[in-house]
Amino acid sequence: MSVAIKKGIKVLENNRLEEGVYDMWLEAGNMAADAEPGQFISLYCQDGGRLLPRPISICEIHKESGNIRLVYRVVGKGTEEFARLKPGEIIDCIGPLGKGFTLEGKKALVVGGGIGIPPLLELAKQLDCEKSIVLGYRDVTFLNKDFENYGKVYISTEDGSIGTKGNVIDAIKANNLEADIIYACGPTPMLKGIKEYATSNKIKAQLSLEERMACGIGACLSCVCQSTDVDHHSNVNNKRICKEGPVFYADEIIL
Amino acid sequence: MKDNNIEVNKDINMKVNIAGITFKNPVTTASGTFGSGMEYCDYVDLSRLGAVTTKGVSTTAWPGNPTPRIAETYGGMLNAIGLQNPGADVFINRDLPFLRSYDTKIIVNVIGKTAEEYCEVAERLSDCDVDMLEINISCPNIKEGGIAFGQDPCRVEEITSQVKAYSKKPIIIKLSPNVTDIAAIAKAAEAGGADGISLINTLTGMRIDVERRTFLLANKIGGLSGPAIKPIAVRMVYQAANAVKIPVIGMGGIMDASDALEFIMAGATMVAVGTANFINPRATEEVIDGIEAYMIRNKIKDIKELIGCVR
Repeated sequence: MSVAIKKGIKVLENNRLEEGVYDMWLEAGNMAADAEPGQFISLYCQDGGRLLPRPISICEIHKESGNIRLVYRVVGKGTEEFARLKPGEIIDCIGPLGKGFTLEGKKALVVGGGIGIPPLLELAKQLDCEKSIVLGYRDVTFLNKDFENYGKVYISTEDGSIGTKGNVIDAIKANNLEADIIYACGPTPMLKGIKEYATSNKIKAQLSLEERMACGIGACLSCVCQSTDVDHHSNVNNKRICKEGPVFYADEIIL
Repeated sequence: MKDNNIEVNKDINMKVNIAGITFKNPVTTASGTFGSGMEYCDYVDLSRLGAVTTKGVSTTAWPGNPTPRIAETYGGMLNAIGLQNPGADVFINRDLPFLRSYDTKIIVNVIGKTAEEYCEVAERLSDCDVDMLEINISCPNIKEGGIAFGQDPCRVEEITSQVKAYSKKPIIIKLSPNVTDIAAIAKAAEAGGADGISLINTLTGMRIDVERRTFLLANKIGGLSGPAIKPIAVRMVYQAANAVKIPVIGMGGIMDASDALEFIMAGATMVAVGTANFINPRATEEVIDGIEAYMIRNKIKDIKELIGCVR
């Protein structure tokens, strides 16, 4: 894996996708060439008082044009600032960072929940096998049309307004979806559910985790998760989400 | 033009000396912000640094605190990592040989829950190829040890003399800013036999998530670092440097060369770059370049002319 670089890159598009969810294309150049599905890049705020770069997962990679797509939720003052960026403006970034998904298996289940959905788009695009895509939302959907280009999409909503009423596990069961590999990204309760489902059905699963980060390169030890075995680097039951992750096999980690 | 610069640079002396050890320049890393250098070697030529100060090392591996371990604050960040580290064995067998492959000095930060643990780590590391030990009696994020040793002058003097007795290498005592009279603490470290002092560690702080009505950090309280604390750090370095004869390593919110020079002028022989590494992995080298450029611009031949030049 090549070294992540920090540089200023140009915003090509930045549009509101849904309430609080934004869709940005960046002219990332060689960052795009090195990027893999499931990796993230960290964006710096223009306001220097907000010191730490914000890690955002990569939604789509165009290796030919060198462009990268990020779909992100506004959750604080930093992401509020990103939402105001206009095409042509330059934003400092570092990336691509972390270890992404490993493409494997013959029959895949791609499962996303909420703002965990975006990184699965590039994965769905690159997965060259039979696949079903399950997307869970609270109520309003986004990106589901983009996923339809790469496989059959099943939706769950908490209020049942679209698709299966309930969560992604309910949608998997309601549609009798089978797989030999599950790829999942979403809130921790969802990932816990997927881990349980995968374990009881003896299906391999790759889960993408999230945690507050500072450096993003494995030095600060802020973003650790609990690991099943003693980790080679930390020598304790901790793995770095920014470095050994964000994608882990379900049996490697304790949620 | 380029040749001229090289000529000029040859005339500049950035070397500093602490306890008989010569550092090629006054810039090191703040413990806990640079690992053992491995994560930064793709961004920085570690051989350019005056020294690498490692993350704290304890007798055995420590798992650290639950997450969330960090929270940003305006102009700074709170951390409560809890001194997660792989323990002395892994450090000695894996990290130390890695660091030794670079032409830089090695300062190992030593941590413990009891005085005995500090002494044990210091003794073991003394027999290894390290240059200096930094005794961390100021971490605010662990239940036992750490800051508990660093807030009372009597205990500071006591632990300093205890560790000093076990260490064959020079020892630097890392001081907490969470005290009323930093000069008294600095004097206590000197009286205990410290070869130098380093300051400041983080200031204790707290953030509350008003939407969730809970603490942002799992540990509730964390240590504040970053540019927000720099004026406090400069003031404390100034007070400490004027209270003792032993050298001072200054740190606290250094983001660039100008910040570093403030500490040097306040009396620091060396400076450490900390939180800046998280934001710009090349920060250490840029600080060195910036100090050098300042010296050329101001026709300063020897960095020692600047140490404590503000009185």
